Amino acid sequence: MSKRVVITLKVLVHIACLAPVAWLVMRGFQNNLGPDPTHTVTFFTGRGTLRLLVITLAISPVRKVIPKLAWIIRFRRMLGLYAFFYGCLHLMTYVWLYAGFSWAAMVDDISQRRFITAGLAAWAMMVPLALTSTSWSIRKLGGKNWIRLHWLAYLAAIAGVVHYWWGVKQGDRTPMEITVVLGVLLAARPILNWVRD
Amino acid sequence: MLIRKSGSTSIPSSEITPRSVYMDRRSFMAAGAAGVAALAAGRFAQVLRPESVHADTKLTTVSSPFSTQGLTPTSFYDITHYNNFYEFGTDKDDPARYAGSLRTRPWSISVEGLVKAKKKFDIDTLMKLQPLEDRVYRFRCVEAWSMVIPWIGYSLSEFIKQCDPLPSAKYVQFLSLDDPSQEPALNRVQLDWPYSEGLRMDEAMHPLTLLTFGLYGQVLPNQDGAPVRVVVPWKYGFKSAKSIVKVRFVQKQPSTTWNEMAPNEYGFYSNVNPNVDHPRWSQKVERVIGAPIWKQRQPTLMFNGYADQVASMYTGMDLRKYY
Repeated sequence: MSKRVVITLKVLVHIACLAPVAWLVMRGFQNNLGPDPTHTVTFFTGRGTLRLLVITLAISPVRKVIPKLAWIIRFRRMLGLYAFFYGCLHLMTYVWLYAGFSWAAMVDDISQRRFITAGLAAWAMMVPLALTSTSWSIRKLGGKNWIRLHWLAYLAAIAGVVHYWWGVKQGDRTPMEITVVLGVLLAARPILNWVRD
Repeated sequence: MLIRKSGSTSIPSSEITPRSVYMDRRSFMAAGAAGVAALAAGRFAQVLRPESVHADTKLTTVSSPFSTQGLTPTSFYDITHYNNFYEFGTDKDDPARYAGSLRTRPWSISVEGLVKAKKKFDIDTLMKLQPLEDRVYRFRCVEAWSMVIPWIGYSLSEFIKQCDPLPSAKYVQFLSLDDPSQEPALNRVQLDWPYSEGLRMDEAMHPLTLLTFGLYGQVLPNQDGAPVRVVVPWKYGFKSAKSIVKVRFVQKQPSTTWNEMAPNEYGFYSNVNPNVDHPRWSQKVERVIGAPIWKQRQPTLMFNGYADQVASMYTGMDLRKYY
């Protein structure tokens, strides 16, 4: 993979991740986000986070299955950081539009509502991952420790999916798709190791 | 980026063969070419008019002292495109898309249970029973969003008087249409159908409780519960049963759909109450439908702003216990 192609692809990934946010902001100012814009933004940013997280987690097993695609590892950091970015937008949606910047409301929610606690936990687990995403951190921590720490990405994704299920009405199956994809990814790691051995 | 609207790749429920059809292949075959042709035509019609829903018949109305003053109604578009009507699907825009298959004529309400005699009221008779009134009400969904809706109807009490309930009747139960041939999601959505709701007799007799036939000057659009529904403005929206086919007077508190499904989330009373939270969210604030995102939050009022009229019905009741 030539350097030029990689740079072009990276630009495309940036556009693909940022354009939806630009679209959201523009539509928001036009009051053109449907009858319940708060709800629209909540699900847009929440689903975006989970999808990016799952794509990030898919990189390593895909490389193992298709060695020709080994170069996609170069996109993992930026995708992970975009997942965190969407997670932050999702959290901001909550803090601003649901809690109204009120500490009391947030404390109330965290202590009483497990779906909010799960969502916050998912976000919190992504913080150290974002902070240690630099090459400097990898050197400083040492490869093994860094990899061990970044297993948290799986836990964050699991917490995020649990948050999704707990947040929707009983009987609502919309979180099923992302749950299945994450399940496949979780199973892929041990299966691939077993096949290799 | 893989963000897209949920369900955009899933099969629209209009294209799913109703369970009753595929479970009953033999009689389906026996129905012969005419039946097949009719079904195909019906399908076609649904494809051709995805938002087939506005009945668009104007109603003559009179003003009412029970209408709420000083409110700006939510747009007709939002009132007809943001609905919870699970008989047509669980997404908010499903009813607008699929309620075209609901047939609102002929229609009647059967009255049974603790009444002097069983009765059946034809919809056109019902609509002439009393002058139709304009009633602007706040509408607060348990999901913490709200609208202002200019309903048309008359007090349910007027209808109940025509039903001659016995003194032993303490509650009234409303049952909604339960017909998979008209309501495609009935076979797909896991709820205990038919949709059932109920009120205590004094609540049902309260003049604010509206037997509703229209909104915005015209007959109810299908997705808003055509041709007849109740509206109880001080309770969460799911208490206001849609497309009613049966009214039953009973002695004991009737079992109601959402209360059966998740009793900790949806109480039988379900009065709008900012001090009693839903397990998953606070009920202190609500999101105004149609408002720009930075203006959506507004405080929720006790009994949805109708405390002066209705609070006396609940004096001495622990509203945390009977939520």
